[in-house]
Amino acid sequence: MSAQQAATVGELNPEQLASRLAREGVGVRIGPLDVLFRVRADGIAPPFRQLYAQHPLLSHDRVFSGHLDLREVWQWRPRPHRKVRFTVDGQQPHENMPAAQGLAVLEWGLNLVIALRFQSFLMLHAAVLERQGAAVVMPAQPGQGKTTLCAALAHRGWRLFSDEFGMMRTAGGGFLPLPRPMPLKNASIAVIRQFAPEAWIGPEIAGTLKGTVAHVRPPAGSVAGAQTPAPARWIVFPRWQAGAALRVREVAKGEAFMRTAANAFNYELLGESAYVAVRDIITASRCFELVYSDLDSAVAAFERLANDDLG
Amino acid sequence: MTSAERARIAAEEARIRQCLCNAVADPAWLLELAPRDLDVTLRLLRRARVLGRVAWRLRERGMITAFAHPVPDILNSALIAAEARARVGLWELDRVAWALANEAPAPLVVLKGCAYLLCGTPNAAGRLFSDLDLLVPRDRLEFVESALLRKGWQAASLEAYDVKYYREWAHELPAMTHPEREVEVDLHHNIVMPTGRLKPPADLLLSRTRAVPGTPFSVLDPIDMTLHAMTHLFNGGEMDSGFRELLDIADLLAHFSAQDAGFWSAFWPRAEALGLVRPAFYGLRYANRCLGAPIPLEVLAASAAAAPPLPIRSLMDEIVPRALFPSHPDRSRLGQRVARSLIYARSHWVRMPPLMLASHFVHKVTARYLRRGEVDKPEAA
Repeated sequence: MSAQQAATVGELNPEQLASRLAREGVGVRIGPLDVLFRVRADGIAPPFRQLYAQHPLLSHDRVFSGHLDLREVWQWRPRPHRKVRFTVDGQQPHENMPAAQGLAVLEWGLNLVIALRFQSFLMLHAAVLERQGAAVVMPAQPGQGKTTLCAALAHRGWRLFSDEFGMMRTAGGGFLPLPRPMPLKNASIAVIRQFAPEAWIGPEIAGTLKGTVAHVRPPAGSVAGAQTPAPARWIVFPRWQAGAALRVREVAKGEAFMRTAANAFNYELLGESAYVAVRDIITASRCFELVYSDLDSAVAAFERLANDDLG
Repeated sequence: MTSAERARIAAEEARIRQCLCNAVADPAWLLELAPRDLDVTLRLLRRARVLGRVAWRLRERGMITAFAHPVPDILNSALIAAEARARVGLWELDRVAWALANEAPAPLVVLKGCAYLLCGTPNAAGRLFSDLDLLVPRDRLEFVESALLRKGWQAASLEAYDVKYYREWAHELPAMTHPEREVEVDLHHNIVMPTGRLKPPADLLLSRTRAVPGTPFSVLDPIDMTLHAMTHLFNGGEMDSGFRELLDIADLLAHFSAQDAGFWSAFWPRAEALGLVRPAFYGLRYANRCLGAPIPLEVLAASAAAAPPLPIRSLMDEIVPRALFPSHPDRSRLGQRVARSLIYARSHWVRMPPLMLASHFVHKVTARYLRRGEVDKPEAA
């Protein structure tokens, strides 16, 4: 299929994608964001093509939400020491990173761009998934198993919105899907490989700030539904605890409000409109705390949640 | 580089400057742009730190939703960020007022961004506020500083040399920040370094300030405020926000001259009285040339007396626009880097006598070299 006809990233053949990434860039629609990726670094294009396989390709005749650029830094050094430079609109937010971590640098770079540039959305630091038209929102700090649980649920009948950003317009209209590759860390990689053998998982990238990282491709159905928002119906505060038996406790709305507000990336920046938005989410939702160690029993608890059979 | 390439780059630079000027002069012009041109113009506006300003004016005219996705999100985000920064700035000002409420009164003159917010000058709308700058009489400086320190502000931890630089030579103290907030408060006793060639008498500035009703603060007289904006841009040497600062100057000139019929006739004599004629010359010249700000001919003529010698003037005409305007985000910025470095170097030349500048330079280079050694160690290991 020719480049002109390709509708998704995966429909470009590997050479077309690599050459487009390196030259004019590849425009990708990710939920409410139209992102232009330019990549001039070896080894990124093949996993990029898999991870974004089902994402819609965009023509260049538009305004992009962000222009991301990753390129290898020219150096007189042997390959293992090579670095990549990440820039947004020509500005470099952090120092050069090892070239071997390029894919993770690009994905984290997009996180940074979203967190800094999209203040017209309330942004919770939360995983969000949908079932039967209603969203479950999981606000959590790093290390609580948010991404792992999210990747698991996305392969058990829940539609993925995001493992990282719970995004909604403060004017209302529900949460917006932002289906992106999910970065599993360390032991979670093997856990998900076993839990969802059908999942496409990218290369294991060792030695990052967060240890070894591997990205899970968002399921095709989630990417296809990326323009369909959903209102919040459940708030779940997940906490992974080694060896713990599954515990579910309903959380009072006042406490849930405080924890959700504190979890937002831009609560203070938005001011009153964020307060109203979080209040409305909490008012419309049942709120739970979930402590777990075993993924199967946690996923079963979400099944009961969907059937309103929990707590 | 071939001459054709050079011509292409020059044409592109000219186009970029025109895009920015059109967008700030009439934001509705953005609606007429082809998507690709709108894309690059929005990026340039963001880089020039004026996207919030343009978004503000588009909202005023109900035009934000007239753009295709995702432009409304981009504009609203810039607006919300600018409004949040303004709130943060005014809140810091409120906290300073609280901290000094029961202290012996001292004149507290709010400068630059926060002053624009307090006065509601047109450039304040959608402007990205950064630091809180206050001017106080030199003999009250330590008093105000210690009052803020008692109420929880903390001075940035600096090397001994930098402390000496601030305390002995600079026109401001090391920045103070309250640990619960992130706004830098800079206490000034003058608007330029007293070691430099410009020596505006601070008491002359302080003698004409205007009180801001309902606050313990005052702001500079309109002409002085405009002269300060000019001096900051052409003596400060930091050109990253240069376009925005020149826009401030053009806005202040237009706003104050419309408010007060005597503004222009008093302008140049005041610049002379304060000894700020050189930055005033540059301010008028480039606000007029780069942004088309209307300046009465007799004021331009009077200012010509303060022009530098012709070779310098030609050089400045060449490098100031290069440094001021943001460059294309996807192109190399060598020309701009050179221009900005020259202006940075010039700002040091005019701020310090040669011997002092030489010793400052030696210190900074040595310090950087030593620091670099430290950073490199872990990587080499």
